Amino acid sequence: MTLADTLQTSFRTVLSYRIRSLLIVLAMALGVASVVVLTALGDGARNYVINQFSSIGTNLLVVLPGRAETSGSFLGAVLGQTPRDLTLKDAQLLGRLPQVRRYAPLNVGAAELSAVNRLREVTVLGSNADLIPVRHMQLAQGSFLAHGTERNAQIVLGAKIAREFFPRSQAIGQRVRLGDSRFIVSGVLASQGESMGFNTDEIVIIPIDYAQQMFNTTSLFRILIEAKSHNDIEPAKRAILAALKQSHDGEEDVTVITQDAILATFDRILHTMTLAVAGIAAVSLIVAGILVMNVMLVAVNQRTAEIGLLKAIGATSSDIRRLFFAEAVWLSFAGAVFGSLLGQLGSLMLRLAYPQLPAWAPVWASIAGVLVALITGIAACLWPANQAARLDAVQALSKR
Amino acid sequence: MIRLNAITRTFHMGDQVVHALNDINLVITSGEYVSIMGPSGSGKSTLLNIIGLLDRPDSGRYELDGRLVTDLPEIEQARIRREKIGFVFQSFHLVPRLTAAENIELPLILSGVPQEQRQIRVDEALQAFELKQRAQHRPAELSGGQRQRVAIARATIMRPSVILADEPTGNLDHQIGAEVMTLLENLHHSGTTLIIVTHDRELGARAHRQIAMRDGKILTDQSDDTR
Repeated sequence: MTLADTLQTSFRTVLSYRIRSLLIVLAMALGVASVVVLTALGDGARNYVINQFSSIGTNLLVVLPGRAETSGSFLGAVLGQTPRDLTLKDAQLLGRLPQVRRYAPLNVGAAELSAVNRLREVTVLGSNADLIPVRHMQLAQGSFLAHGTERNAQIVLGAKIAREFFPRSQAIGQRVRLGDSRFIVSGVLASQGESMGFNTDEIVIIPIDYAQQMFNTTSLFRILIEAKSHNDIEPAKRAILAALKQSHDGEEDVTVITQDAILATFDRILHTMTLAVAGIAAVSLIVAGILVMNVMLVAVNQRTAEIGLLKAIGATSSDIRRLFFAEAVWLSFAGAVFGSLLGQLGSLMLRLAYPQLPAWAPVWASIAGVLVALITGIAACLWPANQAARLDAVQALSKR
Repeated sequence: MIRLNAITRTFHMGDQVVHALNDINLVITSGEYVSIMGPSGSGKSTLLNIIGLLDRPDSGRYELDGRLVTDLPEIEQARIRREKIGFVFQSFHLVPRLTAAENIELPLILSGVPQEQRQIRVDEALQAFELKQRAQHRPAELSGGQRQRVAIARATIMRPSVILADEPTGNLDHQIGAEVMTLLENLHHSGTTLIIVTHDRELGARAHRQIAMRDGKILTDQSDDTR
């Protein structure tokens, strides 16, 4: 029996058992599709997080005051340490380090913003002119806080705030009141939406001195630092720690987080998660493989007389084995192809439903899904095909 | 030429040993028309299966056309079945999901005959057995006589030298059975060795040589002189 005839004959057998074949192909296809869609989801989440992190700045380092994060507690006192604040002086000191391109000190608080008979509570960010480049923010109109003029009573509004307070008129140049102080609107931020849990559309930014005055504090929430290049990130981190240790009387009471380290950690976690869901989905493929085995065993049993006849008219055992084998190959192949298409369709629908999620199945996952489907389907058929080949012709023929 | 020499075949039924064939010696020359008769359990079907290489004897020698075939490997035996032997069964044994034409085509596919030649030969066979109108029908849509005609067409499509028929009319009524017998006898007239297993005396009597079996042994072996 030629290979082409074997394939053709078994293909027609597959077609003639229409419902049975359809169900197996469906089971296989769902297995493959779930591998594709779940890895698309996992990889999409990974890329989403990485994009988010990249969007907050490049070569970014964040300096947090040591354990003063949990302010109000007596942790420092209990441990016999002096919780030392990060100050504006510290920030200026770091700004002079050779590895540092620019820095932006940050203070965060809440205050009432009022103008033209409107009033609402807003999140107030105190910073300097370099916040825009450090944090990759964009202005829609006007200008940001001017360099070296931190004393000027300027305020920059988030896109939504600007829209709410000045729906019809130009926001630039308007006078507003924040807390007890008066400010002049110098710029409006471009709408960027949510980014790392911080909706920049609903904040206002004022010079750091005003913020410290308003919230009656000399300590900083954190300092954002941009290193000169990617290679300067680690040296910058060491230099920052050294400089602050020196100025804090030899105590290392700050934490420096590099964007790179966070990124690498998230990348690792989410990659592992993608692998895990792919593995779970692969289990369904193995279930489909067992289904193929079951169906093929039933088929051998059902077609016993036919197998006997084939032997009587001159089929060898390997002809019979190949026929059943080819049948499983067709079923698995159809399942794999159909499943890949289904998976791509599923990923497309995910991308349409959640445009911010780049849910593309990685190439390795698509290939692995198809391969696992083919391998399990074929492996599952080895035993039934052998059973068929080993049937005794006389006994098989006598079975009605 | 079929030459059987001291063929035995035993089956084990539980702890009982059944001698289906007990020291059978038989020579059938090419072109003979032989009927093998006997009650059920006499070993006549086992004999047919051994001659058709579907079953292997426990001991003894079997020569087909001068070649010892008893100990040939499975692949070689399959090839001989394909090329030299045609089987006709009582229950037809057609593949239910294939059309009449496709059933007839099966031995050609197994032999690796190219598609175009298969087409021609199947057409010829359909013509010869008056099945042209029924070529695209499945077995379930055919009458008993038509089914057996398809089965005979399939058995002869490879132009075998031996046709082995096991109760070929057992599932057919008398008239249709007679028609089928005529077809088989026509094959014999064109030179094919025809061996028919039956327990129908009338049918057996049509053959030129009649072998009666009982308990795995040949009881009588008569030849008509009118042949």
